[in-house]
Amino acid sequence: MKNKTLNPYVAGALIGILLVLSVIIAGKYLGASTTFARGASVIEKAVGIDYSKFDYFTTKKGKYGPGSLPNWQLMYVIGIALGAFIASKLSGTFKAKAVPTMWKNKFGSSSLKRGIVAFIGGAIGLIGARLAGGCPTGHGLSGLSQLSISGFIALAFFVIGAAITARMLYSR
Amino acid sequence: MSLIYGLITGILFGIIMQRSGILSYEKQIGALRLIDMTVFKVMLSAIIVGAIGIYFFKDIGVIKLSLKGTSIGAQVIGGLIFGVGWALLGYCPGIAAGALGEGHLDALWGILGMLFGGAVYAVIYPFMKKYIISIGSFGKISLPQILGINHWIVIVVFSILMVVLFRFFEKKGL
Repeated sequence: MKNKTLNPYVAGALIGILLVLSVIIAGKYLGASTTFARGASVIEKAVGIDYSKFDYFTTKKGKYGPGSLPNWQLMYVIGIALGAFIASKLSGTFKAKAVPTMWKNKFGSSSLKRGIVAFIGGAIGLIGARLAGGCPTGHGLSGLSQLSISGFIALAFFVIGAAITARMLYSR
Repeated sequence: MSLIYGLITGILFGIIMQRSGILSYEKQIGALRLIDMTVFKVMLSAIIVGAIGIYFFKDIGVIKLSLKGTSIGAQVIGGLIFGVGWALLGYCPGIAAGALGEGHLDALWGILGMLFGGAVYAVIYPFMKKYIISIGSFGKISLPQILGINHWIVIVVFSILMVVLFRFFEKKGL
C-alpha cells in the first residue's frame, strides 16, 4: 500500500458500494451508535447493576439490552478499528498520539485536559445520537441513502450543532 | 455468520476511511470549522452511490428499505446535542473506533465517554420518550413519499445539487 491519500470522492463511492453490498449480502444497513448503548448495559450487568430497571434496556424485546451482544454491529465497530490499524500500519501512517495537533495549538499539550473533554464529548454525543435514533453513519449514510426524512433532519442538525460548537471552541 | 459479515464490513470500512485520511481530529474538526471539506466529500459521495444502489436493488426486489422513524423533536434536539458532543470529542461513534486504530489515543476517552453516555441515556429515556420523541412524530417516511414523486427524480436532483456543492468546494480549495 502506498502512502498516498485516497481521493475523497473515490473513497465515498467505495463506501457507498460497501453499504449496498452489506444490505444485499448480510441484510444490514450500517450504523454504529447503538453498540455503545448496548455496551453500557453489558457493563452494568457485569458490575452487578440491575439494568432491567431501565426501560431502555428491556424495550423492544431487549434490543438494547446486554443479551443483544455480541451482534453484527459490535463486530462492525471492532472491524473499523482493526481495518484502520491494519491500513495505517501498512501505509506507515500509524502514529500513537494522545493530543491532536490542532487541539494542542489552541488548548495546550495536557493529555488529561484533552481526555476529560473527549470523555464529556463522547458522553454528550452518544446521548444525542440515541435520542436522535442514530449517528452520522446510521442517519447520515444509511438514512440519506434511503432518502429518509429522519436522515435529512438528523444530519442537518448534527452539522449545525457541531459547526456552532466547533466555532465557539476555536474562536479567538 | 452475521458476526463475520459485520467484522469484514467493518475492516473494509476502516481501511477505506483510513486511506482517505478522514480519521484524524484535524480532518473532523476541519470540516466542522468549514475549512476542510474532505469529510463531507466522502460522506456525501457515499450517499449518492448508496442511494442509487439501494433504490436500484430495491426496485428489482433484492433488498428492503429499513427507514428510521421520523420525529422532529428527537432529530432536531438529539441532533443538536449530538453535534455538541461531536465537536467536543472530534470524532463521531464510527470514526472514533477508526481513529483509535490509527493511533489517536484520545479517541479511547471518547469511547469510554460514549459507554457512559449510553448508560445515562437509559436513565433519561422515559422522559425523552414522553416529552421529546413524541414531538412531531411521523413514523417511517421518505422524501419521495411525502413529495409524492418517483424516487429516481429525487436521487437525480439530489445528486446534481451535491455535484454543484462539490464543484464549489473544489473551486474554493476547501
